[in-house]
Formats: sequence, structure tokens, C-alpha cells
Amino acid sequence: MTYHAGSGHPGGSLSVTDIVTALVFHELRIDADHPDWPDRDRLVLSKGHAAPALYSALAHRGFFDPKILPTLGEIGSPLQGNVNHRTLPAIEVSTGAPGQGLGVAVGMALDARLAKRPSRVYAIIGDGECRAGLTWEALLAGGHYALDNLVVLLDRNDLETGHRNEDRIGIEPIADKFRAFGYDTLEIDGHNFSAIFEALARARATKGRPTAIIARTVKGKGVSFMENQEAWHGKPPTREEAERALAELGGSL
Amino acid sequence: MTERKSASLGEAYGQALVELGERDPFLVVLDADPSSSTRTAQFGKRFPERFFQVGGMDSTMMTIASGLALGGRPVYASGFAVFAAGQGYSAIRQSVCYNRANVKIVATHGGLLVGGDGAPYQMLEDIALMRSLPGMTVIVPGDGPTTRAAALAIASFDGPAYVRLTKENLPILTDGSFTLGRAAQLREGSDLTIVAIGAMLARALDVAEELHRAGVEARVLDFASIKPADEKALITAARETGAILTMEEHNVLTGLGTLVASVTATTSPVPVRQVGVPDLFGESGDPWKLLDHYGLSTKHALDEAWALLQVRGKVS
Repeated sequence: MTYHAGSGHPGGSLSVTDIVTALVFHELRIDADHPDWPDRDRLVLSKGHAAPALYSALAHRGFFDPKILPTLGEIGSPLQGNVNHRTLPAIEVSTGAPGQGLGVAVGMALDARLAKRPSRVYAIIGDGECRAGLTWEALLAGGHYALDNLVVLLDRNDLETGHRNEDRIGIEPIADKFRAFGYDTLEIDGHNFSAIFEALARARATKGRPTAIIARTVKGKGVSFMENQEAWHGKPPTREEAERALAELGGSL
Repeated sequence: MTERKSASLGEAYGQALVELGERDPFLVVLDADPSSSTRTAQFGKRFPERFFQVGGMDSTMMTIASGLALGGRPVYASGFAVFAAGQGYSAIRQSVCYNRANVKIVATHGGLLVGGDGAPYQMLEDIALMRSLPGMTVIVPGDGPTTRAAALAIASFDGPAYVRLTKENLPILTDGSFTLGRAAQLREGSDLTIVAIGAMLARALDVAEELHRAGVEARVLDFASIKPADEKALITAARETGAILTMEEHNVLTGLGTLVASVTATTSPVPVRQVGVPDLFGESGDPWKLLDHYGLSTKHALDEAWALLQVRGKVS
């Protein structure tokens, strides 16, 4: 998709792909035939630039025709570079400005609780966003309101544009911080499906407080030449690179 | 100057909120003012489960409001204008407006009239910020009845809105027959038009009264509905009166005056003079004396009116 678009964020999309897949195909109570079902679970992709991962999963889950996936980033395409709720209704909320998605997720969780709906809300945040003050304000609010229908998933790939996350203003010890904010906090391998399922099951069983899952991930996961290479944060592959990458992932252009 | 009965805009908003809460069981209210001086407390007392006090988190109030609204609820979010619109801007842009979320932002403490707290609390740029957001409705009521009417009017559509209120009590000038997108004519006249908002509305009427004593009849338009703007009323005023004076408690570079000038310039260019806060920050002081200090006095507006009339050749 990022090859066709000539822009986009392949690295951060691949790091979160396993988590998105686990959510969209297993955990979320959603129905492609009734996308507006009020009792559905909500997924907020706060790191909106990982859009290709979510588009791909939602298309293959039946929410829209996978044929439009290659239109990513084209003028007039519903597939915006950062996920957009108005152009693609299967997206719960438009994101992109760092730190804002988690607050929206808190609002959605409050809404579900007020309405006594069984909906659960899952927010995927990036580690770069963990420097944004808004993320911490939203974490405060989620802890204060003891939102046990809220799950925060941190895509901890430790790489962002041009550098390792921890080489700048570091966010560690991040697990201690989440705990101090009142979250049941788990650390898992974000590419191990049984670990992801187990964490999500524990979150569902947790009452009286929200859950934070720190998913240790690899930027560019599954593509040998992209893995852990910060250069692939915001750079699309060439045709040759895209072909090699997809061959490694078991697909084709 | 005419003696008039004054009332609190915040109080009118607070009462309207309770009314709205009774009407719509899904409506929720958020408040980022830690002291609840934004008058949402009445709603909170009445509907505690639908009231969220998020004191000090103006930006996050906007993101949380968006999440609540996307579930189908009307959301009213209040705070001091300088923080709600200023600090909250990015969240209003991305999480509220870009999603077309049904969030009604009612900001209190707009303008210089905050007084003693000085520039950090005196919001003079919010009309510019909010008006430039696609899909945003912007209202600046000039009295209590219009505040109540505006609070109810924005509930009638699905989408974002920004209402700017003033901390000080303001004279009651209207019967609250506010209509979105319509300028209300508070005084008839054909020699000049004064277009005013907020606290400047009473001063506009005072200027018109002074002019009347000198034999000049000024039309006065209450332009509370900034966006959508009543372009027709402005063009009619330009054609019928030939000169326009604008009065606002906002940075004069980017508020009502520039709006009026740009609308009239296209189809019926007439001289427009703007009374507003110069391009600078305020300071601490007695609220009403601050207005005078920064050139928003009735006297200065009157001078501007005479200057316009001179340009038009209506006086020598």
C-alpha cells in the first residue's frame, strides 16, 4: 500500500500489525454487516499514521472492498494517510495529532458506561505519543474514572523518525508509570499471538480499573531489511523493495 | 448613558444547560474550570452522573468530549476562553471539528473584561481561531437573553459550535429572539451602521443615542452570529447607510471588523472603521476601565463614527 501511495509509514504499520490483527479478527465484537451496531467494541488507532495496518485488517474483515487498498493517500481516496472517520465510516475516529486518540477513547468508554452498553474500547498508542502531555492527561482521566472497559495498548517499538525513542526524552520505566496512574499493567511480546490473546482476556476479566498492555514490538516486523531500521518510519518502499518485502511476508504486489 | 438592567451571561448559560439536560437525557456536560465558575454547577447538581469536572485539562476535555459525542450524545464543554479555545485549539481542530463531533464549546471569561488576572486570562484571539475551523459555528452573545437563546439554538444541529461569553454582567438589550445566521437590528437608522458584539453592544447603542442627539441616525446590528454570518444584513447596511463602524472586544486584526470589511468589500464597498483591541496583549486592571484604556470607550467609538460621517460627506 505504501509503495502504491508513494508515501506512508511502513515501519510503524508493521510493528502494530499483529496487535491490530488480534483485535480485528479475534477480540473486537464488531459486525461488518452492521458497522453502526451501538453495542460494538471500539478501536481507536491513536497512532493514526499506522493506517495501512488497520485499513488492511478492516478490509479483509469485510468492512470495505480490499480492492481500494492501493488507493491509499490518493486525492479523493477514503484511505487518508492518517485514519479518517468521515471518509471511511469503519474508522471510529480520525486521528493523527499525537496524543489525542487516548482522550477520545476515554470519552467513548465513559459513553458506554453511562449508556450501560457492553462496549469495550481499545486504544493503540505509539511510544512517541507517550511524550505528549495529552496522553498523560487522558491516562489520568481513565484512571480516575476507573474505566475497566478501556484497554490501552502501547506499541513499544522504540523507534521513531530518525532515532531511537529512548535516545531522546526517554519514557522508561513506562510500566511503572502506567501502574502509578491506576492501570493493571502487563508487558508482552507484541508479535506473539497467544501472549496478546492472554493479555486481552485478562483485561476483560479486570474490574474496577483500566488495563495497559505494553507490547514490545519490532518496527518493520516481518521484513528483514526493515526490522528495527528507523529509516523505514516514514519512507515508502520502491517497487523492488515492495516485492521483496511482500515475498518475505507471504504476499505479492 | 442609558441605565439598563444587567444580568450574568454565565448564569443564563447555566440555567439553559439545566433546561437542555431535562429535555435530552443523553446530553452530557464537561467543565475544565477547576472552580466551576463557568456556572455548569447547576447542571452538575441536577444530573451528577452526566457531569464531568475535568478541571485544568482543557485540551483533554475536547478529546474526551469528542469520544462522548461520537457515541451519539450532545456534549457541552465549558472552560475559560483563553484555555478552552487557546490551549484546546489542536484538540478542537483534530478531535472535534475534523470528526464533525457534536461538541458545543461554551467558553466564559472572553476578552479584556476578565480584569485583574491580566493578559494570561484575557482572550482576544478566540474568534479568529474558532472562525477559521471548517464547520465550526461561532456565536458571541451580547446579553443574557441572547446567551440563553444561543445555548438552546446550538442544540438544534449536529456539529461543533463555539460560544464566547463575558465574565462581567452585561445590560439586557434584547428579548432573546436570537436566530443563527441572522443579525438582529436593535436600532433603525440610515446615516451609518454600527455592527457590534458582546460587551460592545451596549456601547454601540450609547454611541447611536449620542449621534441621535446630534441629528444623526445610526443603525445598530447585534452580530452575535459570527459564523454563519448574516452577509445579507451587512450588504443591505452598506447600501442603505453608506458607512459601517464595527465594535468588538477582540484583536482588531482578526475579528468582527475584518469579517465585515471583507463581506462588504466584495459587493458594496463602503468605508469601514474598526473599534477593537489593538494588536497587543492586555494587562491587569478594573475591567470597564480596561475597555476605555484600550480604545473601546464610547467616546472613542463616537469619534470614529464622526470620522466616518465626515468621509461620507454627511457632516462637514
